Amino acid sequence: MIHLRNINKTYNNGTPLHVLKGIDLDIKKGEFVAIMGASGSGKSTLLNILGILDNYDEGEYILADTLIKNLSETKAADYRNRLIGFIFQSFNLIPFKDAVENVALPLFYQGVSRRKRNALALEYLDKVGLKDWAHHYPNELSGGQKQRVAIARALITQPKIILADEPTGALDSKTTIEVLDLLDELHRQGMTIIVVTHELDVGKRADRIINIIDGQVFTGKSEYQENGKTK
Amino acid sequence: MFDTLQEIYHSLMQSKMRTIATGFAVASGLFLLIVLQGAGNGIINTFEESMGNFAFDAINVYGGRTTMPYEGIKEGREIRLDNRDVDMVKSAFPHKVKDIMPVAEVSGGMASRDGKYSSGTISGVMPDYSITGAIKITKGRFINNIDIAEERKVIVLSDRQQADLYTKKEEPINSIINIGNVCYKVIGIYKADEMRNSNTIYAPYSTISTIYQKGEFIDELTMRIKNIPTEADMETFIDEYTRVSSRIHSFNPEDKSALWVWNQARDNIQMQMAENILHNAFWILGLLTLISGIVGVSNIMLISVKERIREFGIRRAIGARPWNIISMVMLESIIITAVFGYIGMTIGVLFCEWMDATVGNTTIDVGITQQRVFVDPTVDISTCVSATIVIIIAGALAGFFPARKAVKVKPIDALRG
Repeated sequence: MIHLRNINKTYNNGTPLHVLKGIDLDIKKGEFVAIMGASGSGKSTLLNILGILDNYDEGEYILADTLIKNLSETKAADYRNRLIGFIFQSFNLIPFKDAVENVALPLFYQGVSRRKRNALALEYLDKVGLKDWAHHYPNELSGGQKQRVAIARALITQPKIILADEPTGALDSKTTIEVLDLLDELHRQGMTIIVVTHELDVGKRADRIINIIDGQVFTGKSEYQENGKTK
Repeated sequence: MFDTLQEIYHSLMQSKMRTIATGFAVASGLFLLIVLQGAGNGIINTFEESMGNFAFDAINVYGGRTTMPYEGIKEGREIRLDNRDVDMVKSAFPHKVKDIMPVAEVSGGMASRDGKYSSGTISGVMPDYSITGAIKITKGRFINNIDIAEERKVIVLSDRQQADLYTKKEEPINSIINIGNVCYKVIGIYKADEMRNSNTIYAPYSTISTIYQKGEFIDELTMRIKNIPTEADMETFIDEYTRVSSRIHSFNPEDKSALWVWNQARDNIQMQMAENILHNAFWILGLLTLISGIVGVSNIMLISVKERIREFGIRRAIGARPWNIISMVMLESIIITAVFGYIGMTIGVLFCEWMDATVGNTTIDVGITQQRVFVDPTVDISTCVSATIVIIIAGALAGFFPARKAVKVKPIDALRG
C-alpha cells in the first residue's frame, strides 16, 4: 500500500536542517502501524509527507500504486481527498459547521450533491456513535466526540489509508480508550492505519512499531520493548 | 451553487461587523460616484441649456474697416463682402465648409400694419439660416428654396413683433405687412430668444438683395464648418480664411479689423472642452471615492483571509483544490461589493431624483432671463451599468489577490495556523 524509498527532506529555514535522512518503509494493506520517536526525530515530517501535505526532496513515495512526487497543489488536493483520511491531534473541525456538515465536507469537494452527502455523513456519524449529535457544533462537543466526528470525516471518502497524528494527544485516558477502540475496529474491518504517537499505550495496539530516530528508521532490536521495560 | 452560497453566507455571518463595515465602504463609494455624476450632469445640462441659443457649427463673417495701409491704399477703408467671397470659400475650403450662405441686411426697417408699428432689422437669408441662427419657428414656416428662387415677398416675424402688430385674436400667418412701401406676406413666427435680437425680420435673401439693390455685395456670410475638431485647427482655419480673403479685398492679412468674425463654432469647441473636462473630473472624483471603497474591501479580505488561513488548511487537507479556496473568497468579495454597491447606487439614484425634484426646479434671475440652476441632475443607465461592472471587477480583484496569497502557503503550514 505504501512504499517509501530513500526519502530525504531538508528544511531551509536559515540554517539547513536535514530532517529525514533516507527513510525506507513498506506498509502493507490492512496493516496498523505506529510511528514512534522523540520530538524532533522527524516522525511528524514523515507523516506530512505520507499525507501529501508536504513535499520531499529526494527518493520515491508510492501510495496505492500512484507515484506521489512533484504534484501540483490541485493534484495533491485530489489525492488527499480520495486516498487519505486525516485524524489530527487538534481535531481540525470547522467551527461554524455542525457535525454533519463537517463530516460531509470532503464529499463537497468531490461534487457530491448535498442531499446525498448529508445522508452519507449521518450514516458515518452513526458508525462512530454520534448520530444524536449530528446537528451540534464542535464547541458543543467533548474532545472525544470531536475526535469521533473527525474520524467519521476521515472515513467518508473511503480512503486507502488513515493517517492519525497524535490522535489521542488532546484527550483524557477514558476517551483515549474509546478512540483507540474505534481505530482497532477500523483495523479489524481491513483499513490501513498509520498513527504517529509518542504514547506507548497507542503504540501497543499497532501490528508494528516503526521507530524514527534522528531522521532514520531504527532497525535495531525491539526498541519498543526496551522502552516498555523502562516504563 | 447553493452550497457555495451557503458557505459564503456562513463565513460572512462569522463576522457581521466586518461585513457591514466593508459593505458601508463600498456603498458610500458608489453613492458618492452616482451623486457626483448626477450633480455634474446637472451642471453640464444647465450649461447646455443656456448655450442652446447658439449654433454649434456656424461662423459669421462681416466686412470691417482696415487699420493698416496696404499696397498703397490708406487705412480706414471699409471692406464689403461680395459674391467673390462665396465662390472663394467654395473653391478654397471644400473640406472644411459644408455650406456657405450670404445674408443681405437692412437696418432700421419699419414694419407697419393697421396703424401699428414695429421697428426691426430686415435680414435676407437662405433657408438653412434657421439652423445656424438657431431660429425656433413656433408658427408657420421659415424661408424655403422656392421663396429664394421666386424672390417671393414673404417674411418671418418674431413673437415680440407679433405682439406689437397684432391683437391676441388676430392670426398673423398669411396677413400682409408693409415695410418700406413694399408689401410682404407673413409666413411664420419665430420665438424671440433672450440672448439675441428679437426684432429681426427674416425674408428670402434674393428678395431683399433685389429690392434694396445690393447687387454683388453681401452684408454677412454664414458658414457651416466641418472637420475642425480643436481650437488650434480653428485658429489655422481662420488665419487661412483671412489670408485668402485679403487677396480678394486687398488688405493686409495681419489686419485683424478688416473682417469681423463671429465664431460660434469656436465657442462651441470651447464649451465642448469645458464640458468634457467637467465630465471627466466628476468621473475621476467618483472613481477615487469608489477606489477607496474597493481598497477597504481588499484590506478587509486580506485580514479575513489571514484569520481563516487555518480553516483553509483544514479544507485543503481534506481535498479542497486551490481554486476552490480562491473562487470562494472571490465570490465572497464580489457578493459584498455587488450587494452593498447596488444599495449605494440605488440610494445615489434616489438622491439624484430628489435633487432633480427640489434644486432642479429652482431658478435664479440673471437680469435678462430666468435661469434654472440645476437642470436634470440625474445619471443615465449606462453610468449605472459601467459602475456595476467596475465594482464587480474590483470586487473580484479585491478577493483574488489575498486568496491567491493564502493558497501559496503549504497546506501543512496553513494547518498550523
